Amino acid sequence: MSQEAQKEKSMILQKEMVEGLFNDLAQAKELGKKVCYTFIPGNLSELIRTFDMLPVYPEINALQSAMRKKSGGYIKEAEKNAHSEDVCTYVKCDVGMLMKGNIGPTGTKIPEPDVLLLSYTGCFTFMKWFETLKREYPNAKVIMVHTPYQENAKMTPQMVEYMVKQFKEEVIPQMEEVTGIKYDEAKLQRMLALSKEAEDWITKIFDTTKHKPSPIDAYFAGVYYIGPINIGFRGTEQAVEYYKELYNEIQERIRLGLGPITPEGEMKEEKYRLVVEGPPNWTSFREFWKIFYDMGAVIVASSYTKVGGVYDMGWRHDPSRPLESLAEYCMNCYTNLNIPQRIDLLSKCITEYQADGYVTNSIKSCNSFSAGQLGMMREIEDRLEVPVGFIESDLVDPRYFSYSNIKNRLESYFQMLAQRKMLEEQESQ
Amino acid sequence: MKELKQIINECKELSFDLNFTRAKKWKEEKPGRVLVGYMPIYFPREIIHAAGGMPVGIFGGGDRKQIIKGDAYYQSYICHIPRSIMELALDKHMDHIDGFIFPSICDVIRNLSGIFKQHKLGKFVKYMDFPQNFLPQIGGVFYQQEMEHVLEYIKEINGVEVTTEKLNHSIELYNKNRQLISLIYDIRQEYPWRLSIEDVYHIVRAGTVIPVEEHNEILEQVCAHIKQNIGVPQDKIKVVISGAFCEQPAVGLIKAIEEAGCYVVDDDYMLGSRMILGDIDATTNKPLEAISNSYINQSQYSSSIYDVHNPKENRLAKIVKDRGANGVIFASASFCDPSLLDAPIFQNAFNKMGIRYIAFQYSENINQFKVIKEQVGAFSDSIKLWEDEPAAVSNINLTATDSCKH
Repeated sequence: MSQEAQKEKSMILQKEMVEGLFNDLAQAKELGKKVCYTFIPGNLSELIRTFDMLPVYPEINALQSAMRKKSGGYIKEAEKNAHSEDVCTYVKCDVGMLMKGNIGPTGTKIPEPDVLLLSYTGCFTFMKWFETLKREYPNAKVIMVHTPYQENAKMTPQMVEYMVKQFKEEVIPQMEEVTGIKYDEAKLQRMLALSKEAEDWITKIFDTTKHKPSPIDAYFAGVYYIGPINIGFRGTEQAVEYYKELYNEIQERIRLGLGPITPEGEMKEEKYRLVVEGPPNWTSFREFWKIFYDMGAVIVASSYTKVGGVYDMGWRHDPSRPLESLAEYCMNCYTNLNIPQRIDLLSKCITEYQADGYVTNSIKSCNSFSAGQLGMMREIEDRLEVPVGFIESDLVDPRYFSYSNIKNRLESYFQMLAQRKMLEEQESQ
Repeated sequence: MKELKQIINECKELSFDLNFTRAKKWKEEKPGRVLVGYMPIYFPREIIHAAGGMPVGIFGGGDRKQIIKGDAYYQSYICHIPRSIMELALDKHMDHIDGFIFPSICDVIRNLSGIFKQHKLGKFVKYMDFPQNFLPQIGGVFYQQEMEHVLEYIKEINGVEVTTEKLNHSIELYNKNRQLISLIYDIRQEYPWRLSIEDVYHIVRAGTVIPVEEHNEILEQVCAHIKQNIGVPQDKIKVVISGAFCEQPAVGLIKAIEEAGCYVVDDDYMLGSRMILGDIDATTNKPLEAISNSYINQSQYSSSIYDVHNPKENRLAKIVKDRGANGVIFASASFCDPSLLDAPIFQNAFNKMGIRYIAFQYSENINQFKVIKEQVGAFSDSIKLWEDEPAAVSNINLTATDSCKH
């Protein structure tokens, strides 16, 4: 089988999964399924599936709207309704989309929620977002899961116990009430075993960037790779199958000595290996990526692909401790790590994947990521003596993506990397 | 008893003493004393007091501190207070403070705790995760564990074992403190001309940087003064301020609102000092549980507390009604996610309820108040002139959100 055909297979698998989910959502009433709005970081996919509910991720709808160039209009709609220019644009895009009829990425109407499951790992804004949605959907049941922050760089037994108590006394009984389905721990355990398996595969996939050239881009392509595990397929056979397939395709690329696939085909020469901190810009995703691949820059690790869970430090869902495991998962998402932990994790990536540089894409409306990034950057620069770059954009607000500014900044940064490489080569001769 | 003017002047000095001189002196007076800095908004100061420490409120440098180094830490689209706090830390204003508490207000303050850890500022740095679960057996227990964690840190420094008696005594002192502050607001509700909101602000803020015992004495004297028939009433409307719960506006702005024709009869300035409504039980043998219960059952609404079971718009509307206020001024710090994300909730609800409001943004070091004064003045005039008109009519012209953005 050719490598092109192999690539297509994983893409087709993902496309089928996502389309299937949205088709089910469009027919949720006919299928008799309850709909649960929730968020990616700390998402309780397995628990939602245990109760046979369909998940909706407002931030995924927002990023999809941005990629379809619809977010600008939605944001303006929300701003007309007293939403500030300064706040999270995911929220405004979602609210604007709601005001315009709640038509989702596939062109079908997103059903109203039966449950607003608020697991607000690592992002305070999620809490405010669901306060807003609760007023729009007064009949939805709000189920709140408070995830303690890893303030002291650890998950203590008390923190786990606190979360498990919330699951047992609040989340599960309320889910039983909404769905009429009794909690089945054995079913949850079976899903968690599959989650663990998918997590093993995704760790191996992101670990392939150790190869030179890197066979994948762990940021721009990485956001597609994390799709299934983040949007409700964790805990399914489909996700395991997808990741196995993807891994095999990547192995084939390594065997052939190929670099990453870009929207314009294979990247011919890997000039720079970078680690990127911060979410990507979704409104100009292709143009943004192009600046990098045109310069021969491949992203060998990114923090953004860890927002839905940090697996590369060895943590896995554990079917033998189902609720404890869900609690630990929520606490172990990237933005729920404290700043020193984030610095350590990024430093490890830079070292292990032999990156030439570190770039921060600072997102205007995402304080969870952005506040503290300058300090992190300084620390990483001092600790590893690696050249650092800094650019600014936004999640889904097209007004805050300045192509020329970003391109200029990155070109200067790449010049710096080039000079440094030249000096290193001279020194080694 | 001191003259009111003298008390106010002393409070002014204390509340903007960016070197925390009184706290430093208090610490030096006796071995084993500990200073614990806490960021806005609420923190159960009782536990620090019971452990032989003094809680010190750190609210940024306001317009008294030029930001140079702090700007290198925070992008332009992040609110002002973290850079101001970093400036204070890097300029060694807080070197005598032993530990720092960062209550869970928002993502910015949360990540600021990490920057403090990264820089190894203080003997401990604690992000205090307030529960968003409001069941005593779940969120309440977690909150008690968080308080115990703070007490462990202090014990490591001074070896003090906190007892039930000490905690109950501290709770009593802070109950008294809240009662007296509450009394000031109650008197002002009827007689706002007796003490300006600027003076109230300084008096309450001073209490965050001095021993509670001293602050209670000050408050008692202030109450005694304003129970007298002093001052001259003016033709002003009564308003409630909302949205300023963390980063504090410059004092000039607080003053400008009253000068522009409004008596501020309630507000969320220095909210932490007024967060618990009513007394905490000071008679139990489980005082941490009592503090925890007060947070769960007696907290004022705030943008940092999940509210769907007790909607904030109804709570603010009740304050407006109870205070006999004519309208609300929503004043949010620029780039303040929690406050700004609450704005549509409040404003949509108030449009339906017919409560008049205006909205604007500020930052702690803003020093141009002309636009705000004009806006507030127009708001005040409109209420005075068109009292009988439906509220929605005046809102159309007056809800100039962001009009004084900088």
